[in-house]
Amino acid sequence: MAMALRQPGWYRGLFGLLLGAGFGFGLVIALRALSGLELFQTEQTGYPHVVVPLITAPFGFLFGFGAFDYWFRWAAGKPTIPEDHSDHGATRWQDYFKFNTDHKVIGIQYIVVTLFFFLIGGLLALLIRAELAQPGSQVVAASTFNGLFSTHATVMIFLFIIPIFAGLANYVVPLMLGAPDMAFPRLNALSFWLLPIAGIIFLGSFLAPGGAFDAGWTGYAPLAGGAPLGQTFFNIGVQFAGASSIAAALNFLVTIITMRAPGMNLWRMPLMVWAQLATSLLVVGATPFVAGAQFMTLFDRVLGMNFFNFLQGGDVISYQHIFWFYSHPAVYIMMLPGFGIISEIISTHSRKPVFGYRLMALALIGIVVLSYSVWAHHMFVSGMFSWLRVPIMISTMLIAVPTGIKVFSWLGTLFYGKIHTYSTAMLFALAFIVTFTIGGISGVMLGMIPIDIHVSDTYFIVAHIHFVLFGGSVFTIFAGLYHWFPKITGRMYDERLGRIHLWGTVIGTWMAFVPMHWVGMDGMPRRVADYASQYGDWNLVVSISAFFLGAVQLVFLYNMIVSWRFGPKAGNNPWRANSIEWLVSSPPPIYNFDEIPRVVGGPYEYGTPGARHAIMAGDEEGATVPEPKPTTVAAS
Amino acid sequence: MTRLPILKLVLATLAFGAVQSVVLLQFDWFGDAASTAAGPIDTLMDVTIVVSSFIFALVCVFLGYALIKWRAKPGDESDGLPIHGNTKLEIWWTLIPVLIVVALAGYSWAVLDDIEKKDSNAITVDVYSQQFAWTFGYPESGNKWAEGELHVPVNRQIDFKLHAQDVIHSFWVPEWRIKKDNVPGITTNALVTPDREGTFQLVCAELCGIGHTTMQAKVVVESEEKYNQWVNNLKSEVPAFLMSADQALEVQKRAEERAGGIQGSGVEEEGSGNHAD
Repeated sequence: MAMALRQPGWYRGLFGLLLGAGFGFGLVIALRALSGLELFQTEQTGYPHVVVPLITAPFGFLFGFGAFDYWFRWAAGKPTIPEDHSDHGATRWQDYFKFNTDHKVIGIQYIVVTLFFFLIGGLLALLIRAELAQPGSQVVAASTFNGLFSTHATVMIFLFIIPIFAGLANYVVPLMLGAPDMAFPRLNALSFWLLPIAGIIFLGSFLAPGGAFDAGWTGYAPLAGGAPLGQTFFNIGVQFAGASSIAAALNFLVTIITMRAPGMNLWRMPLMVWAQLATSLLVVGATPFVAGAQFMTLFDRVLGMNFFNFLQGGDVISYQHIFWFYSHPAVYIMMLPGFGIISEIISTHSRKPVFGYRLMALALIGIVVLSYSVWAHHMFVSGMFSWLRVPIMISTMLIAVPTGIKVFSWLGTLFYGKIHTYSTAMLFALAFIVTFTIGGISGVMLGMIPIDIHVSDTYFIVAHIHFVLFGGSVFTIFAGLYHWFPKITGRMYDERLGRIHLWGTVIGTWMAFVPMHWVGMDGMPRRVADYASQYGDWNLVVSISAFFLGAVQLVFLYNMIVSWRFGPKAGNNPWRANSIEWLVSSPPPIYNFDEIPRVVGGPYEYGTPGARHAIMAGDEEGATVPEPKPTTVAAS
Repeated sequence: MTRLPILKLVLATLAFGAVQSVVLLQFDWFGDAASTAAGPIDTLMDVTIVVSSFIFALVCVFLGYALIKWRAKPGDESDGLPIHGNTKLEIWWTLIPVLIVVALAGYSWAVLDDIEKKDSNAITVDVYSQQFAWTFGYPESGNKWAEGELHVPVNRQIDFKLHAQDVIHSFWVPEWRIKKDNVPGITTNALVTPDREGTFQLVCAELCGIGHTTMQAKVVVESEEKYNQWVNNLKSEVPAFLMSADQALEVQKRAEERAGGIQGSGVEEEGSGNHAD
């Protein structure tokens, strides 16, 4: 036991957790005793004896678990102990529960944990839909209801969509670059382990007096300022999720900029890599704003500061500006990686280069730049200074242009191709184009101020965000998971079950989210536990479809779990794709490559005889192939 | 390389878009209308729906055509044509969307100016919001007050001055199409010219706490005479909870002096029992 406590790992981690919690608790009590205050302050915005341990306990866990061992030992000039936590790779399932520094292990850790939170977020959604199936009060009280939709959104955004893209990219981007790992493997592992901490804090808020945080995932001041203790859990949870996100993005930026294989210039990078580069630029620039907004709310609540306290000269609307300066770019953080995935899949399965590759890459960068200038379209009715509305409207609508370029280029890629639709990944990619177009169109409508004035804060918004995030992001996530499943597990999933999952998801998505547009336009506000009886029928349709949509996801989980264990061997390159991850074994060997590959051409040179993207070491036949010139054939 | 049947594809797009537009325009998307703003806004929505129908049709027709025309036979391991792009085409599909969105933005701007034009004879009505009730003040009719029920004359512009006592609320009568947040600490405003008599529902559109769902008020639009009669019968004493921010600050200071310690953000002191659990 004493030995186990000296080694990094779960025992020492849990010990550190207790130590951290005890230290935070003791510190608060001691300081309050010294100041002559009551030892326990239990105003709903107070609870310092809970708030401080909420910050110190996770750090205690991370220290104990071994997240900082290497750095501390190195800084102290002591010999590092690589065999304890820096061991690369996984040979047993237990290795996935360690502070592992292998990008492929971390990728799987990310994907599994985020899918777990997808399940939790989905169950929360079903509770919401059970309540809303009929007018009146069904399942939960109004106070619980507000907590449900707040945690649903928070879990889905901060613990599913944003991090699962980081997980997928973690697995494939170093492979695509021809790199042995990410640039900072320990930082990478830390990014991952911050996530479950954020998740536990968010869900732990259900146990707080007063219930889970219930001011929406937007946590607007001053409602959040006076809300019960659960809101503090949100403020702190966002810090851990945000830190995870920022650290991962920095890691991606450095990896993509410095660790490309010889020959891979920017214009030879797969669009998946471009998308991750663009996303990381957004994360690094924007995420500090949501962290700041939550810190300011935390300080208002716990320390009695007055950033947003209007009674003391605080400015209520400034919260929204800071919050949305992150949270609109966040929508693109949740969409750009998906764009990358779709480009890979459509090109591979239509056996054709991506149409207008350079414009596709530039469109990603265009979205990054524009997305910093559109945040206030969430605030057209907020009472902010009115002159800002029209410029924001124009930039909001202009962002449809690079997005349109992406859609048209995917269509262009299909033309004159050899389109294979046997793969569920490709089917999800095609379904994504259609469904996402609807979300994009309703987005342009929302950008138009007079329309937005009527439909903002209604179910139209709920419909739009779910078409974009479910019909958009989640479809691309499914596409990506199916596409790289054989690479990650070395086995093939069941295409028949995949098709059932696809059609169920497509039908469920449309049936659940299309009627939301209608009731919203007709006057049903969002975030309500009850509604006028005239909206009852459509809400029943929405609820039934939501339960159907939820049930269909079980097919997906079954397919993934059973195929991982029993699926037929997939081989190195079941899709006959060109990019580097398909040139190594499935799953790839430890450190990915015996020798770094040499990149000799673009990533999508389908149809050009003899063209290669990369040549592996020891590939005698490939080594003699000269660098091919891309042939350009003009479309008529 | 076979030539594309561009003409046929364009015709199919136009036909699909036209059918879709006609079907979609049959519905009264925004529901009943009862203000002068509703006309221009609903027309803008209709135009947008038509434009969107053609864009959606374009994507569907071209996607469907590609899938039918170039679907590979099982076992076909050959590749498609190595087309890397077409600069002219790419310029077009960048420029045309720019023109479309700029045109729609310009149109929206014109509508916005139209619905926010202030009349010289507008009546001012104060709208006070708190968790979870609405109170209305009529400063131009001898400072009268009404709780939970709003009456306004028909065909006369109302300049609503929106106030919030505790958290953000949002003033919305769906039939009027106008929405604006009530923000604590500042006064916002909304201009509405009701053009139909009747009874409507004022809905709080911004999440404001546990009772958000129930925070509604009856809105009666009536003739000028009836309205005047109604206003004249109202009381003129200020409802007790309506304090100015200065008064609220005083109350908070006194509370802090009593407690002599660190207080919360102050919101909950005046929050009339928000999150009472």
